[in-house]
Amino acid sequence: MSWLSALAAALVVLPLLLIFGFLLWQGASAVNVDFFTHLPKPVGEVGGGMANAIVGTLILLALAAALGLPIGILGGLYLAESRDARLPWLARFLADVLNGVPSIVVGIFAYTVVVLPMRRFSAIAGAFALAVIMLPIVVRTSEELVRLVPASLREAALALGIPQWKVLLRVVLPTARAGIITGVMVAIARVAGETAPLLFTAFGNRFWHQTLDQPIAALPLQIFAYAIAPYDDWHRQAWAGALVLIGLVFAVSLAARVVTSGRFTGVR
Amino acid sequence: MAVVAAVPRAETQTAPRNLGDQVLRVVMRAAALTLVLLVVAMVVSMVYAAWPAMRTFGWRFLATATWDPVAEQFGAIPFVYGTLVSSLLALLIAVPLGIGAAIYLAELAPAWIRPPIAFLVELVAAVPSVIYGLWGIFVLAPLLRTWVQPALGATLGFLPLFQGPPYGVGMLAAGIILAIMVVPYITAVSREVLLAVPESQREAALALGATRWETTRIAVLRYGRSGLVGAILLGLGRALGETMAVTMVIGNRPEVAVSLFAPGYTMASVIANEFAEATADVYLAALIEIGLLLFVVTVVVNALARLLVWSVGGPVKAVRE
Repeated sequence: MSWLSALAAALVVLPLLLIFGFLLWQGASAVNVDFFTHLPKPVGEVGGGMANAIVGTLILLALAAALGLPIGILGGLYLAESRDARLPWLARFLADVLNGVPSIVVGIFAYTVVVLPMRRFSAIAGAFALAVIMLPIVVRTSEELVRLVPASLREAALALGIPQWKVLLRVVLPTARAGIITGVMVAIARVAGETAPLLFTAFGNRFWHQTLDQPIAALPLQIFAYAIAPYDDWHRQAWAGALVLIGLVFAVSLAARVVTSGRFTGVR
Repeated sequence: MAVVAAVPRAETQTAPRNLGDQVLRVVMRAAALTLVLLVVAMVVSMVYAAWPAMRTFGWRFLATATWDPVAEQFGAIPFVYGTLVSSLLALLIAVPLGIGAAIYLAELAPAWIRPPIAFLVELVAAVPSVIYGLWGIFVLAPLLRTWVQPALGATLGFLPLFQGPPYGVGMLAAGIILAIMVVPYITAVSREVLLAVPESQREAALALGATRWETTRIAVLRYGRSGLVGAILLGLGRALGETMAVTMVIGNRPEVAVSLFAPGYTMASVIANEFAEATADVYLAALIEIGLLLFVVTVVVNALARLLVWSVGGPVKAVRE
């Protein structure tokens, strides 16, 4: 029976190797300088790139982080510090609920509360959807890490007569900083590849977006559109896009790992 | 004693707290409240937006199989069916593999092999779903079409499950791609559950003369049973809501077909495909009602899963992303 379970482990890992192998093989031959610097060419013309989609994804991530991180970190701080009976319990439970909600449902939510009132697809709506997906991850990691800060540190600061808000913002948060940054990176890596919630919020765009209240291109959306289109050159570019996207996701995940590994930690 | 008694009094003397404390408290509370309000707003806005469809079709929505945007007749059965069948197919493949791999990682593997495998499993979970879909379209579907489906048709073709032309894309492809996607979660959570089983369980079984495998089966798996069910339900929660990869390989045809070779449709993928094009109000409302249904189902499955996993070893960290 032992070898059977070893076989199972091998079978779990195998698809990953296959997918990576294919991605590297197909993607590496399709990525070139044009891919990073050019707009998509019109249908039927070969060449062009996904410059707008790469920039679009970065903008969406930055906006989502700007929306979701402050609320997430402060919420996490509250869950860890509050002595209330009800609100923290409810918020914790709902964070877990929200974490299990399919991302496409979050997309519908963003559509009803942002796209409908604005009457158009926009970068803002896409970023809102991504922020909602990030929020529970950031809240729960921040909470866990703030809890890990030793009580003695807090007590020492309070004993010096420092007001509580300063203790939280200047002593507790900085101590938990490295861990919280990791949580943030994990959350960003998770939403970087999200496609479903962007389909009818950010919507995609074959050109540069002019302002943030307009539809914006995103790498995952472009990969999806190209993959299901009937043109060979688009398929090639979809593989290139996938390679770039996974490079982005892994770069962020690896950065998170480096931060936790302790090299950049240290209490000031 | 006097010193101890003095402490609360000192605190009450400074009780008119400084402004900073109050501001920060209000801000933190507001952040936590935002989370609560978001979930409430999610439910309210979706019910509101789905209302036209609920009013027009009522419970019939869940009991009819017609999906005809032109005639504005909407029934959710093909999508509910597609979601259930593709997810169950995925579990059928993923559960034995995931639990087997977890047993290997937690009980049997030499120590040096565990970190790289655990790392790999984490990586699988980090791959965006659109990339699984891409691989599904260009590698898995052709593979199924040229090799697997003809072979299955030739050997098991007497079963209605394996009849019909081999398209490649269809329910079988969706089930396999979902299995690949959920198996890392099932493996990771099951491993945590198995590691949470007390060592005394294993020692007791070994002391009774059980072999290594018997120990695993009698002492470890049985003890962690509810946690393992929880791990499977977490995988199910993922599979039910998974959108992009499934949309790309399931074939997107709103029909109920017995054969696994036939194209199907899931709740998530009909929303992904048709939402941006839905022009009529009732059409859009019907799609949102499907989203609401998906929301309710995944919330129930996830809540159940968490309770079961926690029942073995307390809140497991791997449950997070």
